[in-house]
Amino acid sequence: MRIPPSAAIGLIITVTYFLGAIFADWLAPYSYFEVVGEVWEPSSSEFLLGTDSIGRDLLSRMIYGGRITIFVATAATILAFVTGALLGFTAAVAGGWVDQMLSRLVDLIMSIPALIFALVVLSVMPVTMPVLILVMGLIESTRVFRLSRAVASDIVVMDYVEAARLRGEGAAYVIFKEILPNSLSPLVAEAGLRFIFMVLFISTLSFLGLGVQPPLADWGGIVKENKEGIVYGIPAALYPAVAIATLAISVNLVADWILNRTSSLKGGRG
Amino acid sequence: MSDEDELVPVDHVPEGAELLKIRNLKIEATAYPPGEPPQDIVIVDGISLTLPKGRVMGLIGESGAGKSTIGLSAMSYGRGGVRLTQGEVLLNGAEIREAKPGALRRLRGKIVTYVAQSAAASFNPARKLMDQVTETTVSARGVARAEAERRAVALFTKLGLPDPETIGNRYPHQVSGGQLQRVMTAMALCPEPELVIFDEPTTALDVTTQIDVLAAIKDAIRDTGVAALYITHDLAVVAQVADDIMVLKAGKTVEVGTTDQIINNPTEQYTRDLVSVRSIDHEEKAPTADPVLRVEHVTARYSGLKRDVLSNVSVALHPGQTLAVVGESGSGKSTLARVITGLLPPSKGRVTFAGRTLSNELAGRSRDDLRELQMIYQMADVAMNPRQTVRRIIGRPLEFYFGLRGRERDARVDALLDEIELGQGFADRYPAELSGGQKQRVCIARALAADPKVIICDEVTSALDPLVADGILKLLLKLQKEEDVAFLFITHDLATVKAIADSIAVMYQGKVVRYGPKSEVLSPPFDDYTDLLLSSVPEMRLGWLEEVIEHRRMESAGH
Repeated sequence: MRIPPSAAIGLIITVTYFLGAIFADWLAPYSYFEVVGEVWEPSSSEFLLGTDSIGRDLLSRMIYGGRITIFVATAATILAFVTGALLGFTAAVAGGWVDQMLSRLVDLIMSIPALIFALVVLSVMPVTMPVLILVMGLIESTRVFRLSRAVASDIVVMDYVEAARLRGEGAAYVIFKEILPNSLSPLVAEAGLRFIFMVLFISTLSFLGLGVQPPLADWGGIVKENKEGIVYGIPAALYPAVAIATLAISVNLVADWILNRTSSLKGGRG
Repeated sequence: MSDEDELVPVDHVPEGAELLKIRNLKIEATAYPPGEPPQDIVIVDGISLTLPKGRVMGLIGESGAGKSTIGLSAMSYGRGGVRLTQGEVLLNGAEIREAKPGALRRLRGKIVTYVAQSAAASFNPARKLMDQVTETTVSARGVARAEAERRAVALFTKLGLPDPETIGNRYPHQVSGGQLQRVMTAMALCPEPELVIFDEPTTALDVTTQIDVLAAIKDAIRDTGVAALYITHDLAVVAQVADDIMVLKAGKTVEVGTTDQIINNPTEQYTRDLVSVRSIDHEEKAPTADPVLRVEHVTARYSGLKRDVLSNVSVALHPGQTLAVVGESGSGKSTLARVITGLLPPSKGRVTFAGRTLSNELAGRSRDDLRELQMIYQMADVAMNPRQTVRRIIGRPLEFYFGLRGRERDARVDALLDEIELGQGFADRYPAELSGGQKQRVCIARALAADPKVIICDEVTSALDPLVADGILKLLLKLQKEEDVAFLFITHDLATVKAIADSIAVMYQGKVVRYGPKSEVLSPPFDDYTDLLLSSVPEMRLGWLEEVIEHRRMESAGH
């Protein structure tokens, strides 16, 4: 199996971020809430990325922040895909009033801008991690629903799905064995993109103060805490911004590569 | 500019002069197999042909033989990355293989014109027919628009189109497929070209329509005196229009000769196979007292449609026999299959199967009802999940109906693969790794795996090359003998019907117009529609077309 260079770069960066998130407890030199130095110290051998707005080690906060960002984004993406794809496929297979009900409900939710909708919901709900994941996942699942329904509607009219129905297969077999394998390529591509949107979504929410609550912080939160520093030439707010950008690009590089491999109809052999 | 002008051949060469000469033509393309470096593949290798003015040469071969590629090379065109790499293409003595784009532009649509297979896909749906027919005549020939329109109307009349004066004001969707094909022929003839390339112009049409288009094309070629390359995979069709025939296989010439010689006196084995195709001997079996499948007075329509697609259809299928349902497109053949399988509940009538009445709806049928009534589709490509291996495709009915797992199931899959003459090496392939005929065989194996009493075959050979289709028909007959399964065979091809049917139902506009044992249905006196249908099947002999046009009683509906 040959991995193209672009995918290799994407894979290395993505894996590094994920490993950093998983082993944060061992990697971080300090704890994320402990004040260990002066405010906005420049980088030194003691503090590799310097310190933040109240003197905490920025590298440690970045590592723990990455863990939260990646965890929330991953969990919300999985939630969005499981609900969105399942409902989308069901709508396409069932058709009729089931399809109408689901599709119109999704249209209704999608008519409200996602960020505003999330802000409204989060301002009345307690902002905890599970609530955040739930809100983000369900809002984004409407996009996944639209895509998977569209893809599945093209597949359910194929003769092989009709053949399965004539055989007497149930809806579950049709969805998981006939439709899912054939709609995987667009879904994988979408998953890469959705994950990035989730990273940006949680960062935006935290930056606006309705996401991850202090003293915990994700990358968006770290940008918020240190944004005043930019005026004084302090780069502290840029590190998390760069982290968000590089993660976004590298995940997409990997998704592109997976898309290429899964779209082969010869089992990827050749 | 001056060197380009030299390349444009002189117009109106005298009759009988050499118009097109292709010498040692080699055509290549670059293939990009995934994960491997790009490879150059040879599509056409060392083809030579000479076409004098006023003659028609038929190019014949299976799909992939390079017929269309050679045809298009006559106007120095290679489709999608195809390159004319070696040899000479001389048009009126001028070499055009490496001519400049400007010279080629003036050549195409003026000296050489083209009639495509699918007229429906080749017309711009947003523009009126007349605009499209006269476009190149005006732009390439510099003919005044009024004059071009006069010519077009004359051609419409000659090609037997209804309302020739006004049909040009219609849009492509307002005429039928056969009419559109004739309009396209008019478009090709309107600039008064020297050479017309017909690329399977009648392949997509019903037999009854094909015959009209064929006659119209033949008359037009004769009256205008153009030379033509006629590309088709149907030898019987080309025998009617061509003076000479070139048989192609895998990009190489198999045999060239006059039509008479190729049809009556072929020298190569491959040509002999093509000529003798569909000569399967099948002895008709007598109807039994107890049909396995009985369709009784079925009337059905699709929701939203104002008329019935099937009205009062009654047929019966006897165990171990074949009932052929024939008719042109739109006659309700496939709808009948949908009613029998339960995909379309009938509004009146019922279907009985093995002594029990089948539920009208699919959901109401027992697993045994479903198992014993299997279906094979026209397009094997889309009838198999492209993400499943052959083993899974054939193995699923075994799991689903008989609960076979693991080694037991694999052994049965292997046995089925042997039965369809594919061999066990195919079990781990994906459908994309099979040829058209192999795909259809796998679909047959999947149907057989359910151990059915009846298999509905919906145009199973229509998408295949004649020789491959022949193999499938022979296989079906062999399986019928071994497994005692009955076939409901839906087709528009009467040659197929003659080869395999025990009884025949002829359908026309949703009704069964003639029904009975094969020998009865195919012997006179005929009703008008059956007569038309039977006489429209191209026969592999010279002069057949003229005979039929003279003798038939009913005009085809012109679809």
